Amino acid sequence: MQTLFIRGPSSTVRMVVLVIASLILMTADHQWKSLELLRGAFSTVLYPLQYAIDLPIRVYYWSDEVLSTHQTLLQKNRQFEARHLENRVQLQKLDILEKENDRLRKLLSATPKTTERLLISEIIDVDVDPYKQLIILNKGSNNEVYQGQPIIDARGIMGQVIHVGPLSSTAMLITDASHAIPVQINRTGLRAIAFGSGKIDQLNLRHLPHNVDIQVGDLLISSGLGDTFPPNFPVAIISKVERPAGEPFAKVEAKPHALLDQSREVLLVWRNEPEVKVEQSETSSKDQPDEIDKAEDKKAQLRRGDRE
Amino acid sequence: MSKTLRIGIFTVIGAFMLAIMPLPDWAVTFRADWVTLVLIYWAMAVPSRVGVTVAWFAGLFLDVSYGTLMGQHAIGMVFVIYVIHIQHQRLRVASLLQQAIVIFFLLFIKQLAALWVDGMLGRAPDSWLYFMPTITSTLLWPWTYLILRDLRRKFGGGAHYQY
Repeated sequence: MQTLFIRGPSSTVRMVVLVIASLILMTADHQWKSLELLRGAFSTVLYPLQYAIDLPIRVYYWSDEVLSTHQTLLQKNRQFEARHLENRVQLQKLDILEKENDRLRKLLSATPKTTERLLISEIIDVDVDPYKQLIILNKGSNNEVYQGQPIIDARGIMGQVIHVGPLSSTAMLITDASHAIPVQINRTGLRAIAFGSGKIDQLNLRHLPHNVDIQVGDLLISSGLGDTFPPNFPVAIISKVERPAGEPFAKVEAKPHALLDQSREVLLVWRNEPEVKVEQSETSSKDQPDEIDKAEDKKAQLRRGDRE
Repeated sequence: MSKTLRIGIFTVIGAFMLAIMPLPDWAVTFRADWVTLVLIYWAMAVPSRVGVTVAWFAGLFLDVSYGTLMGQHAIGMVFVIYVIHIQHQRLRVASLLQQAIVIFFLLFIKQLAALWVDGMLGRAPDSWLYFMPTITSTLLWPWTYLILRDLRRKFGGGAHYQY
């Protein structure tokens, strides 16, 4: 039945209250980052919608797999086996190097290296704010994903998780205009900070002096400073170096090494505590999940540390 | 659950799906503001049910799905639906063109509010394409209106007046 006079507070009062509520929410969200619970609840409600949008694409990939012929599958399998063999040969060398490195570090009584645990997550193909470089992942706090967790793909660092819901999470790519990552030039060891540019294929290295030793083609690796990203992962390759006269700093651009707009699967990284023998300050364990060892999904977890 | 409520929920969910559906790169900046358009229609048609509170929650859902600050879309949404809500009797008898003009200005202000928030955070996009959604939404309003009205007439049932 249609009521002629709406009861309750008038819509003007409600509007004013809600506008003030929005302002408070925005301040809380930006200043204190304290709305994760609310965000998580909303994102749980939205997850079925996102899943439904993503479903046709999922079905496409699935049918591509299922409907391919026996011949193609055989061929693919052979290719993979050959590549697997190649990789294992290289891994042998790497293992020996790693052991040697560990021994040397022990001799120097340096802190032991951290190892990483990885979990494969799929990108849910839905659009977000067109002026931001964000992706939605189909793993959330149920899989122990945490805020600030780094994500990588097969070629390098992609970004970090910024919001975590129970079933899904939102991650920011390294090229987002408000993102910055501490890096190191692999050739010289020079440290710098790579800022996102807002374009998917460009990072900027600001505040480098004119006489800096940097060349087009140099590989940037993560330096591990700041404790968010694991050290020694490839980040980007220098694509442009300009030294404009009259400006205080050189203009250096880099191209991300990871396939930011092509990967469909990404890897979430947890850092395992190194086996501590000497006492260590407990500063580095701040942003790690509590129960790292609760590994349920054996297949998806590749342990970098205990390779045989 | 009344039939009108059911069709309302159905169309709002549809609008949300259109809002996050992946589009080719060139089309992303032209994406219409579907959720606001659909809520504008419902605020005009059943103002007793759809008001600023519904708009606020819809805005928060948009914020979560777009990864923006909580409240950034909601604040504009509340403003738009508030104006529609207090003027719904005039808007109902206006022609589609007049409605579209009003909606253009409302959506422009909504976009401007979101831009201000981005500007305060120091990451405002520096391109006029930022206002493209306002234009596409305005152009799509007549179709949205006619489609939703027909949906409501066909499936809504009930003895209410039918706008």
